Amino acid sequence: MTDDIKNRIRAIIAEQAMLEPDQITDDATPQDLGIDSLGLVESIFAIEEEFDISIPFNANEPEKSDFDISSMGSIIAAVERLVAEKG
Amino acid sequence: MSDKDKTPPADIEALADAGIAAPAVQGTGGLTARSGLRRVVITGAGTINALGADVASTLNAFREGRSGITQLQFRDVERLSIQIGAQVHDWQPEQYFNRQQILLYDKFTQFTLLAAKQAVEQSGLHFEGALGFRSGVVLGTAGGGLNTWDENYRAVYEEGKNRVHPFVVPKLMNNAAASHVSMEFGLRGPSFTVATACASSNHAMGLAFQMVRSGAAEVMLSGGSEAMLCFGGVKAWEGLRVMSKDACRPFSANRNGMVQGEGAGVFVFEEYEHARARGADILAEVVGFAMSSDAQDIVMPSAQGAERAITGAMQDAGLNRDEIGYINAHGTGTAANDKTECAAVAHAFGHHADRLMISSTKSMHGHLIGGTGAVELLACIMALREGVIAPTIGYEEPDPECALDVVPNVAREARVDAVLSNAFAFGGLNAVIALRRI
Repeated sequence: MTDDIKNRIRAIIAEQAMLEPDQITDDATPQDLGIDSLGLVESIFAIEEEFDISIPFNANEPEKSDFDISSMGSIIAAVERLVAEKG
Repeated sequence: MSDKDKTPPADIEALADAGIAAPAVQGTGGLTARSGLRRVVITGAGTINALGADVASTLNAFREGRSGITQLQFRDVERLSIQIGAQVHDWQPEQYFNRQQILLYDKFTQFTLLAAKQAVEQSGLHFEGALGFRSGVVLGTAGGGLNTWDENYRAVYEEGKNRVHPFVVPKLMNNAAASHVSMEFGLRGPSFTVATACASSNHAMGLAFQMVRSGAAEVMLSGGSEAMLCFGGVKAWEGLRVMSKDACRPFSANRNGMVQGEGAGVFVFEEYEHARARGADILAEVVGFAMSSDAQDIVMPSAQGAERAITGAMQDAGLNRDEIGYINAHGTGTAANDKTECAAVAHAFGHHADRLMISSTKSMHGHLIGGTGAVELLACIMALREGVIAPTIGYEEPDPECALDVVPNVAREARVDAVLSNAFAFGGLNAVIALRRI
């Protein structure tokens, strides 16, 4: 389950960043991957659609969001939590 | 006004007839460089927005620092994650329009016509005869008849209907408001609609100013309107994740996004000698306008692009930067706009940036998108005419990236002689207008 979520998120981010999924490492930040603010909002939308979840994210104050976007690992962990909460 | 500034109208008309635009003025400044150009004044103003259904009530709200932002009320609002806005509540078009007009007018047209009637009434102008042929209307809107789109898409997609009202197209088209204004007042000269997202009204008013200044028209009605507060309109904005769920706090360190508003603002721009000859009450003089394009990003603003429009407007007006006492900011309350705008102003004004006042009235009337510059021009006129600077309300924490005098929370009395109004649109399209006290 966890690996599956991670792989699906990596695929989404890889497509956005125009990279291969294995280049999407857990410690990479969106900036490292060349994803700008609009790309980030687009990625979050794609993740919401993929997992049918709602991600609390305001582009004006990303640091205050419950959804930690500081690295790929934190994004994956946050999505796993939201998917689990959804049941 | 000295004689050297006057040019016989016939010459101007000849230029206009020959398709020759106004002489280039960028970078020269001063009245000499502007000789050959006519002066343009505002002789009427009208509005409806969340703060009030006329100019007086809107200015009262500015003076009191009162917010018009409330819980949104419309169909399906419970399905939105953003549920606040500066909505015109208790809007009853039956008070102003007959049944046939209501069938034909989207809300953005209704708002426009109400504001235009107020403006024309204040100006005292009548457009019968020759003046009608020398007068027109340029309005800004971003969404046009968005409520009409929304209602009819719901009917055919959600409710499965296969028939729509015959007036759907004439209601929703972006030029509907401008066209109805032209019909209402008999304006037979140049009329059209400008759509540059959040800068639409400023672009429209700038073009109207240029047309009167060049002699292409004697009188232009101008401004803009927006009525985007419906399920589809707000849902679309939610997608960008730049909207605040609780308040609009421009320039405040804890700002968390924009809040949408709705309504209209319309002004009468009139050639100065024409206004003076008939003894009109002149609200302010429009003295400069500049546009620039960032040519950079579809949503992220550029300080350089904004600065070029600001300095361009001052140059066009022949104003030195230390003559500007107040700027009505674009000030959306987003992280990106406010710090970029402050950087542009700080760079454009140098040391004078510490002495001028800059406020965002969007904190009160919300962001009217394509209509916002028109309502904001009212704050500029109030500053010039009444010596009262509208505040930026909702200001709670200083932001070192917005270290200007933003007139926090309380209106201020101050005499100012010249002001700017900023508008910076998605798509990197910037439009700044300069006004002067007269």
